Amino acid sequence: MTQLISLAACFGLLSLLAVGGGTAVIPEMQTLLAHQFGIDHLRFVHIYSIGQIAPGPNMLMVLIIGFQIAGLVGAGVVLLSFFLPSSILCFYVGRIWDHYGESPWRRTIQNALEPISIGLMASGTYSVAKASIVSPITLGLALISLYFILRTKINPVFVILGSGVFGTVLIKYF
Amino acid sequence: MTSSDIPNKDGQVSISDLFIQFFIIGAVSFGGGIIAYERILLIEKKHWLTADEFMGYLAISQTMPGLNSVNLAVLAGDHLRGALGACIAAIGLIMPGSLFVLAIGAAYIGNTDHPLASIILSGVAAAACGLLSAITYRIGGQHWKHLKSLLIIIPTFLLMSIAKLSLPIVLLIMAPLAIYMYRPRANS
Repeated sequence: MTQLISLAACFGLLSLLAVGGGTAVIPEMQTLLAHQFGIDHLRFVHIYSIGQIAPGPNMLMVLIIGFQIAGLVGAGVVLLSFFLPSSILCFYVGRIWDHYGESPWRRTIQNALEPISIGLMASGTYSVAKASIVSPITLGLALISLYFILRTKINPVFVILGSGVFGTVLIKYF
Repeated sequence: MTSSDIPNKDGQVSISDLFIQFFIIGAVSFGGGIIAYERILLIEKKHWLTADEFMGYLAISQTMPGLNSVNLAVLAGDHLRGALGACIAAIGLIMPGSLFVLAIGAAYIGNTDHPLASIILSGVAAAACGLLSAITYRIGGQHWKHLKSLLIIIPTFLLMSIAKLSLPIVLLIMAPLAIYMYRPRANS
């Protein structure tokens, strides 16, 4: 029970800190999960990567973390605590907005948060890179994937799956 | 044009249609780009929002914490059918991916220590890292070329990743600075 409460507190906090989208909280999530629930960085990155194959909003992988820590109940707790607080906040702010209309400060806040969230995404990329790029082969796979995603119209899901297959062949036979 | 395609001013959008449409987006949006799917649904396919309304809600979604796609579903759902609509749209959007993720997650947790699983995942994780770099690069867009943006981006990164401060502290330091830098000017 205490574990479920700390799980809810952890993801509820992350929900409200997710400026500019879920990717911004990756480094914080990684740290909190390692300290409070003993999920090491490699496992976190594996779960994160699996989540990228799924359709829908990109941070649904948090459900796997909840499932890993406390089974289906854990997944449910994480789902509610990660999506409910930010959604309720957005709901009420949306209504207030409709009521009061535009203000120059809204533009200011959005402009100010944009570069912050880009900086946080860069931190998220750095954390994922530290745990996932561990050898020349994984570095090569990451760079090739980056190239394919930026320069071609191939769906990233196929790039990720392809990298899993290609990487397995390389690591197993070379 | 069927009756459901006409912008609804007094005739309401049905809750079941709202659910089904967001559920479809949640189920087919493999590989990201979910905001684009929502844009097509809300503006082009169903005419539920005007382009202006959509941009307004998108701006709020991006300013508020939380996932932009979910926030947008909440706002559009509220616009169409009030609080119930907001819940239904968000649940529809999240449900397919949640079931998908739980199924593969259960398979992963059952095979965590299987040597082949960790080899496959090392390739998957490397590609996910490539994907995340690509997304960060793209979302950054013009910001990478503007000194003013870089003056926020770089310190944020350094405080988070190098100084290893916690996220609330980083936000407490950077948000006031950034808001000051982008404050409304009297002449604009």
